[in-house]
Amino acid sequence: MNETSSPSRLAVRPATIAWTLLMIATAIGWWFGETAQGGSGDVRLAIAGVLITAFAKVWLVGFQFMELRGAPRLLRHAFDAWVVIACTALIIICLR
Amino acid sequence: MTSPDTAVSSAASERTKPHVPGELGIWCFVAGDLAVFTVFFVLIALGNGDQAQVFAQSRASLELWIGVLNTLLLLSGSWLVATAVERCRESVQSGSGPDARRAALQFALAILTGVLFVANKSLEWGIKIAHGITPATNDFFMYFFVFTGIHLFHVLIGLGVLIALRRVSRRERLDSKALRTIESGATFWHLVDLLWIVLFALFYLI
Repeated sequence: MNETSSPSRLAVRPATIAWTLLMIATAIGWWFGETAQGGSGDVRLAIAGVLITAFAKVWLVGFQFMELRGAPRLLRHAFDAWVVIACTALIIICLR
Repeated sequence: MTSPDTAVSSAASERTKPHVPGELGIWCFVAGDLAVFTVFFVLIALGNGDQAQVFAQSRASLELWIGVLNTLLLLSGSWLVATAVERCRESVQSGSGPDARRAALQFALAILTGVLFVANKSLEWGIKIAHGITPATNDFFMYFFVFTGIHLFHVLIGLGVLIALRRVSRRERLDSKALRTIESGATFWHLVDLLWIVLFALFYLI
């Protein structure tokens, strides 16, 4: 693969890698959801799994698609902090 | 006058310099919208704990495949928009037209994913209303219709934005001002995707 001559045509774009990861994460989240609703297995762990997977996807959308990877540190870290705080708060509320 | 070497090195440092995509105003909007939706997310989670039985039964009556399909549509739409923005940027840097023309096609496909999302959501609401399920049925469906309705409103605005971006990307020559407009619109579309990811998890999966 020649990455220097024409990145737009030959190299796999980071956005495409992100899309693939988001598809895989959707399948994982779905599987956690089936476990959370099915009652078989650890339901609380499955609920935490659903939320962690969802916020991992949210972070990836922000980092790659919204281009926060190249944004000033303050903006990037504010988003990272929101992801961690919102995810943790929702897990605590759902598992209380 | 700037020598070619200087121009190349300044372009390279331009790329490595921290860069806020789009206008600063769109990021203020993103922050405000995230704050409002965080309240919605907390309300759903609190309801889920307080009325576990009602929420579990109501959730079981949702069409999961519709939620999954809508997630795949929005994620794919976001990917199309993200790569279209990259192509527009490459077009501005190289001054060539083909990249921008391909971007216009990608914006058109992203519009299609948004339209399919709206159709799918209308189908879902139609099925529920046909079965006599409305926002007045219980708290779960009140949150479901209101919050996914507000999100649907975002999708409709996003579709208008994408139509405008497609038009901008079809211009003969793209400049950095046009690129900024494209980045701002794209950021809004990704926000719509991001909000749906959490709504999908809270309404359909937990």
